[in-house]
Amino acid sequence: MSMNPFCEIAVEEALRIKEAGRASEVVVVSMGGEQCVETIRTGLAMGADRGLHVITQDSSSLFPLAVAKLLQALVSSEQPRLLLLGKQAIDDDCNQTGQMVAGLLGWPQATFASKVSISDDKESVCVEREVDGGIETIQLQLPAVVTADLRLNTPRYATLPNIMKAKKKSIQRVTPEELNVVIGSDLEVLEVTEPPKRKAGVMVASVDELLDKLKNEARVF
Amino acid sequence: MALAAAIARAAGRFSIQSRALATAALEQSYDATLDETAAQFKKSVQHFAAEHIAPHAATIDATNSFPKDRNLWKLMGDFNLHGITAPEKYGGLGLGYLYHCLAMEEISRASGSVGLSYGAHSNLCINQLVRNGTEAQKEKYLPQLISGEHVGALVMSEPNSGSDVVSMKCKAERRDKGYVLNGNKMWCTNGPVANTLIVYAKTDNSAGAHGITAFIIEKGMEGFTTAQKLDKLGMRGSDTCELVFQDCFVPPENILGQEGKGVYVMMSGLDLERLVLASGPLGLMQACMDVVLPYVRQREQFGKPIGEFQLIQGKLADMYTKMQASRALVHSVARSCDAGHIDRKAIQCLGGNGYVNEYPTGRLLRDAKLYEIGAGTSEIRRVLIGRQLYKDE
Repeated sequence: MSMNPFCEIAVEEALRIKEAGRASEVVVVSMGGEQCVETIRTGLAMGADRGLHVITQDSSSLFPLAVAKLLQALVSSEQPRLLLLGKQAIDDDCNQTGQMVAGLLGWPQATFASKVSISDDKESVCVEREVDGGIETIQLQLPAVVTADLRLNTPRYATLPNIMKAKKKSIQRVTPEELNVVIGSDLEVLEVTEPPKRKAGVMVASVDELLDKLKNEARVF
Repeated sequence: MALAAAIARAAGRFSIQSRALATAALEQSYDATLDETAAQFKKSVQHFAAEHIAPHAATIDATNSFPKDRNLWKLMGDFNLHGITAPEKYGGLGLGYLYHCLAMEEISRASGSVGLSYGAHSNLCINQLVRNGTEAQKEKYLPQLISGEHVGALVMSEPNSGSDVVSMKCKAERRDKGYVLNGNKMWCTNGPVANTLIVYAKTDNSAGAHGITAFIIEKGMEGFTTAQKLDKLGMRGSDTCELVFQDCFVPPENILGQEGKGVYVMMSGLDLERLVLASGPLGLMQACMDVVLPYVRQREQFGKPIGEFQLIQGKLADMYTKMQASRALVHSVARSCDAGHIDRKAIQCLGGNGYVNEYPTGRLLRDAKLYEIGAGTSEIRRVLIGRQLYKDE
């Protein structure tokens, strides 16, 4: 199971923050079945200090709100100053978890980060975000939630020495029950269908014919 | 502005997904007996090779040389690939032969030529220095070889001494302050570019195998030159040449091992060379699967993908089982060596490698053919295996 690309960017950013002396520890969290262990190991091999695995029987019931509630529970025991997530997962493309956990925790949030700078006094973080109108720069008091976008950084390869060192790093396992979180969902997937196949285009001989088709067939005007 | 930004974001998203898909497409390389760390190690080298080596494979083959615009030796050194079996104090990883085999397979998968050159550098040269070198020699030569700043090579063959390597004629005559080498060596992989070369020569022509001494030669030593780069059928880009020694003076501290004991350095080295380099054709077999499987799923004839026809499925099965059997053997022998049992027979069996199905690209076939010849021809290996089996009570 490989790491979601945006999450990889988040892990990379966390490592850079630690290397810049602005953080003391990087903990990687993954939720789901046994295949999460491989993902956590990738994070450890990149340089994270330890891993947390929330074991669930069935990954498909982990909708964003459930993940957000589990993160909220972990935050209360781990007390991190910064929660870094990928902006969205490439399987469901929801782009909700970061925002939801910030709401549950009452923490400030900065999503789609393309640049992250922790202040010297480690009390706040300055984030540049890519929005439709351009780049927005905001400052947040820590602790805060930041979600990573594509251009934030280029993740490092897990170096071979770090892969060997990761063998000795710990991965703590915990269940939703131990965290007092009930994971269920208010959402039920009824149906998934492919969009209809594109029909072949039609060649027209003249502008008049084009206008006729636009009016009478496509009913554009 | 907003539209351009949205398009750029969409294009970026696509590139992230296609990168994930591209490496997922190479997933079939598989050995269930590898532990988590070894599997992760192999995958990491695979990703590195897919990104930094594979894109250049065709050009390396076409131009018969490594890329000029980037230093692959240094790149591989930065990724800690050269000193896998070397001690950490020289910059190595301090791991065993299984890990070296995993790396060799993935590099060869990306480019057979780069794999062969890498194998010669990291196993023939670096590992021989690790196993036989004095502390002073290791400190002098290993750090730069392991970092990739220097390239290593090893040569024993001569124009008239191939399988009959002990018949070598290159002489090393004792003169007052050291040795003077005279003669020619042939088929030296990395010869044209190597900074550090292990060369075998006869210090005593009358003593047969026990007259061989291993020397460490440095590029630039007076009397040592390389002749033209060879134009080969395959493994193009893995530079090979003839070495010429004309009154080349070598100081005594450059003897690797002991005078007259070079044959032990050579033969024990060959055992391990054959193990690690056996992963070369494994990588080529895997590269064939990487090309063939997507192709047979897409190419249609008679109204359906050709992968649905039984004869094609039969070929796929043959390729796959041969590759898996080879891989299981190589890994099993590697583990055995790591545990200290260097089983000659098992290693000689690896000489029977080099199967490649004719179906995929011509380059893979041309590259694979080398493995039936280099480091021990298939004929010689059959003789050695048979002889060993016969001798064992």
